[in-house]
Amino acid sequence: MPHTFSRHTAGARVSAAGWGWRHAGRLAPAVADLTLTIEPGERVLLLGPSGAGKSTLLAGLAGVLGGDEEGDEFGDLRIDGKRPAEVRGRAGLVLQDPDAQVVLARVGDDVAFGCENLGVPRQEIWPRVRWALDAVGLQLPLEHPSSRLSGGQKQRLALAGVLAMRPGLVLLDEPTANLDPSGVTEVRDVVARVIEETGATLIVVEHRVAVWQDVVDRVIVLDPAGGVLADGSPDAVLRTHGAQLARAGVWVPDFPPTLPARGSRAARGDELLVSRSLTVGRTPFASRTALPAASALNISLCEGESVAITGANGAGKSTLALTLAGLLAPLDGTLEARPALSRGLRAEPGRWKSRDLLTRMGTVFQDPEHQFLASTVRRELAIGPAALGLGDAEVTSRVDELLTRLRLGSLADANPFTLSGGEKRRLSVATILATRPQILFLDEPTFGQDATTWRELVGLLRELVDSGSSIVTVTHDAELVRALADRVFELQPQSAVAA
Amino acid sequence: MTGLSAPVRPSAIARVNPVAKLAVAVLISVALLLSIDVVSASVALALVGILLFWSGLDARGFWLRTAPLWLGAPFAGLTTVLYGKDSGDVVASLGFATVSEGSLTLGIAITLRVLAIGLPSIVLFATTDPTDLADGLAQVLRLPSRFVLGGLAGLRMVGLFVDDWRALGQARRARGVGDAHVFVRFTSQAFGLLVLAIRRGSKLATAMEAKGFGSHARRTWARPSTVGRPEAVLLLIGAGIACASIAAAVLAGTWTFILA
Repeated sequence: MPHTFSRHTAGARVSAAGWGWRHAGRLAPAVADLTLTIEPGERVLLLGPSGAGKSTLLAGLAGVLGGDEEGDEFGDLRIDGKRPAEVRGRAGLVLQDPDAQVVLARVGDDVAFGCENLGVPRQEIWPRVRWALDAVGLQLPLEHPSSRLSGGQKQRLALAGVLAMRPGLVLLDEPTANLDPSGVTEVRDVVARVIEETGATLIVVEHRVAVWQDVVDRVIVLDPAGGVLADGSPDAVLRTHGAQLARAGVWVPDFPPTLPARGSRAARGDELLVSRSLTVGRTPFASRTALPAASALNISLCEGESVAITGANGAGKSTLALTLAGLLAPLDGTLEARPALSRGLRAEPGRWKSRDLLTRMGTVFQDPEHQFLASTVRRELAIGPAALGLGDAEVTSRVDELLTRLRLGSLADANPFTLSGGEKRRLSVATILATRPQILFLDEPTFGQDATTWRELVGLLRELVDSGSSIVTVTHDAELVRALADRVFELQPQSAVAA
Repeated sequence: MTGLSAPVRPSAIARVNPVAKLAVAVLISVALLLSIDVVSASVALALVGILLFWSGLDARGFWLRTAPLWLGAPFAGLTTVLYGKDSGDVVASLGFATVSEGSLTLGIAITLRVLAIGLPSIVLFATTDPTDLADGLAQVLRLPSRFVLGGLAGLRMVGLFVDDWRALGQARRARGVGDAHVFVRFTSQAFGLLVLAIRRGSKLATAMEAKGFGSHARRTWARPSTVGRPEAVLLLIGAGIACASIAAAVLAGTWTFILA
């Protein structure tokens, strides 16, 4: 069937006049006194420290901030001179979490979902779906299960769903923060191409400037105190405000995070953990056979060593870390804790009690929310030391020390789930440090983190290594590897190993 | 990723509109709930068994999906045999329970009934794609689209919950609280999953809203859901099974209307 519609959509014009939004139950507004105009077809990178209200502005433009119960609106926000809620579908929004945006089980149906909601006639929906999938480069059958896509593919699917609605305004809220480097490039290039093709206006929020610098033609910096801090061409804004933005946690190419000089390091100590011909993997739900993720692995880890595990998506990095950390049983081969680590326990960490792991090996999961167990930050930190059976005085002293060291003191009574991304990451590391394990495993600790959290985290991990702890980091972050690792263990994709 | 999203194999029954399958399952269930006797359940079970040949399920898929039924049905029957209302000669007395001719017959009737109601329901839905069912519920039965699509989107998240559950278990072990009694551990982990589910749900709701879900525009449907001859045929077959089982029981004199 021929395309019965034009690919080119007139770009939307955005205007804000003294606009602001305060979430219900909060004292301070998320956005205040914002006045700006974005002309049709402009491509804007929206920057600002965390808490400056970038996501709130995008949600306001997408018309998903909700009604009076959700918060209070001030001033005026318009798309093509109309209120966003009156022109649903004129703006399309792609969010950060790839898993949170897939609505339907089949790729084609998921792309069609937005068109259905907007009341597009059926005979026009399917040509639009095919065009949108083609535009984002997803050459898959319409029946392909949406659950079997990679993170980058899911973000392209979300973008296709937005494009099929033919919006005049495309809003991207940190669309690549949860992706590995190849996924980041994949999504960025697709966005650049489709925006060129459709002529839509683009607003993207992202704290890694380098990713979008060449795609956008304008940078707007929001001021957390309200209004706009800087506005102009990427070069001009980064020249005048680059250092200030970097201090606020934005990744600016010419201002990388600076780390303090490294002190003296403890000498490398005894061997702690050794594996021979290890095969790692997991058994899928309702299946009888385990799927190996990586095999023939020979690894050794000593006291005071920092090792990075790298490799492409699906190479089995996380599975390997979980196995080494005693949370997943090896499928084949041996994993042996040496006497310096086992301290009298049997040699297989997978068969230790949960409590025995605490002082030996700690794991920081990729998603901090999987780890939270308590209703306040203080109680969260006390769980590990209490499980060890330490006295009240010792528990309190350890918790207080960590609260100060990781700048969580003012949040001691907050619910862990209400913290910002950077605060959640600091807390998840602190909960593990509370029991002082000999080895610390971290799974993608810097994913989606701003430059400030990144710098703090690397500083803290360096201190740990220097004082004799061992660290194993699963990561795609080349900067992190450079700053932290003594050794890199690169996993080859399974196809190469399986032979 | 999980067995929950297994694709539906093409078959004669898989092509029928899910709304018709739902109607057939309800029809047979109601007919069998009206009486508790061996004859009506046996006839329904035998006729449903014939229908299975058009379901496209292979042996492994069939046994895997109906396994809970084969375990549950005899158990329900056994309980009735031991503790059901006694009548007729006492066959055995075990001290804590008595087995009589009456409770034995009742137990067999219950077992057959659970099977005859459960089998068609499980098999009809094993051949149904949830998206197609939602299309049918909204377009054929005209249920509100918000309700139907909300449920459908929620169903897709079940696959994510399986992965969340695994990660929660590992995280608890890493936090030193994995040694607790299995019941305590399960309860606390289930609460953790609930918290994650609510958070995932609210994120998904925002994503759906951002795609115009819940707007004032009149919604269209990309996939037509229609009823025609195949649906009528399946409904007639379902009605036939229901009538045949009741007729056979009445003729055999075993029909005992539960409301009588």
